[in-house]
Amino acid sequence: MEKALKRYGFVFTIPTFAAFFIGFIMPFIQGLYLSFCQFTTVDNAKWNGLENYIKVFQDESFLSAFGFTVSFAVVSVVSINVLAFGLALLLTREIKGTNFFRTIFFMPNLIGGIVLGYIWQILINCVLSLVEQPLLKLNSAAGYWGLIILMCWQQVGYMMIIYIAGLQNIPEDVLEAARVDGANSIQTLIKVKLPMVMSSITVCVFLTLTNSFKLFDQNLALTAGEPAHSTEMLALNIYQTFYARAGAQWKGLGQAKAVVFCIVVIAISMLQLNATRKKEVQS
Amino acid sequence: MKKRTSIADKIWFVILAICSVAWVYPIFMILINSFKVDTAISTDSVFTLPTAEIFAGLANYLNAIDSKGFLQSLIYSLFITVSSVVAILFFCSMCAWYIVRVNTWFTKLLYFLFAFSMVVPFQMVMFTLSQTADKLKLNTPWNIWVIYLGFGAGLAVFMFTGFVKSVPVEIEEAALIDGCNPLQTYFQIVFPMLKPTMVSVGILEAMWVWNDYLLPTLVLDIKKYKTIPMLIQYFRGSYGRVEMGPMMACIMLTVIPIIIVYILGQKHIIKGVAAGAVKG
Repeated sequence: MEKALKRYGFVFTIPTFAAFFIGFIMPFIQGLYLSFCQFTTVDNAKWNGLENYIKVFQDESFLSAFGFTVSFAVVSVVSINVLAFGLALLLTREIKGTNFFRTIFFMPNLIGGIVLGYIWQILINCVLSLVEQPLLKLNSAAGYWGLIILMCWQQVGYMMIIYIAGLQNIPEDVLEAARVDGANSIQTLIKVKLPMVMSSITVCVFLTLTNSFKLFDQNLALTAGEPAHSTEMLALNIYQTFYARAGAQWKGLGQAKAVVFCIVVIAISMLQLNATRKKEVQS
Repeated sequence: MKKRTSIADKIWFVILAICSVAWVYPIFMILINSFKVDTAISTDSVFTLPTAEIFAGLANYLNAIDSKGFLQSLIYSLFITVSSVVAILFFCSMCAWYIVRVNTWFTKLLYFLFAFSMVVPFQMVMFTLSQTADKLKLNTPWNIWVIYLGFGAGLAVFMFTGFVKSVPVEIEEAALIDGCNPLQTYFQIVFPMLKPTMVSVGILEAMWVWNDYLLPTLVLDIKKYKTIPMLIQYFRGSYGRVEMGPMMACIMLTVIPIIIVYILGQKHIIKGVAAGAVKG
């Protein structure tokens, strides 16, 4: 069969591969090369070695964006997953209206980041003005917590669906055995349910972690990095470096930042996958 | 397991009901405000209901559709989403089947690259990609789907290969022995079997393309073409005072179709998301 197929390999792979080459492989390799250059367009690149990378680590806006992103990612990953898992537990208890609640909680996920950002900007600004606090434009603490609330609103439903699928996959006889052995509900949760849904936890933590690190639309719409870049995350910082300032030195710096960002995201997702995969059990 | 409605369950029901009201409140709030006269919308009056004097009826909606170019954006967004998703489903499923059934260094490398592309952040390629798109004239709504095909290929191929692996080879071998060529085998035997996965992949990719902001902003010429997310961002980013009324109407016009589609295809959407996650 392989032989017959191979003669047609061209037909099957070329369309996707060509688009993938144009859309990903070529820009990726070019981007990697340009991070060592000074340029304003792809055609006028001049090699300048590691200079861009040295500047990246001297750029305070980048370092503060890095810190902001890490602290945002930690808090949002924990809160989204705890809330989503809690909801999933409740919604697998056969309470009345379970399907309706699932539908409602999942809904914000379908709305795009830009729209979500503006919806919450209007809401949060109103609350802030009623309690006589500075608005989002001048209030970095509100910006931080606003982003967290927004991300929870958007992602909890999605993760809840994944946890529900995981919880429903636990064989009934395992739970029955725990009950017969006299485990109370908290023991069942910690000793049986949690280890059994470990693969769902791996997926959810992976998704929330990478989403939080790559967050751009919501950040741009809700705070746009205001006040004074203090709520700017890495993706937005890179975007601003590229497009908010004119001059040859910025684009190279932006590309070098992007490479560092890319390496960080890959490293973190690899570490996370390794760490949680080890805890997975087979039923 | 015996069915019971304990007191605890009733309390949870009430709590969940309150939570779900709070959950939809932000959207409801925008809906209310989109009926107010533009000048009556200020930061601190968002929670108040519109009174007779400031009730604007559908004026904001008409304004948004008429002078803000909402309809045009809707057409661009629809066309881009449909063409991209169709291309992704058609080409990536073919590619995924080939990757599973033929074992060479090339298919192994391809699979690795597709998986890799899912983790790489968009900022890594955004500048070079927008320049490449300009050079190859892929910068109009009519052919931006090529770029979406390249970018969406990672997830699609990943999910399709996951499914194809569980399909027995014997049926396809029988078809080949009976004289089908691989293309016939694919389209008459494999393609129909892929339908459930197509729905999942289609939903996930459509959600992504429809809501995508940065890629079309960088690739398309913003003066000529605006997709819906670009239009809403343009509202805010443009000079002068933001016209809140039409903007909220625009948000509602964006959200309402999504909610309708969601209610109609709820079962498929939730299943698709769960399936996508298990494979990921």
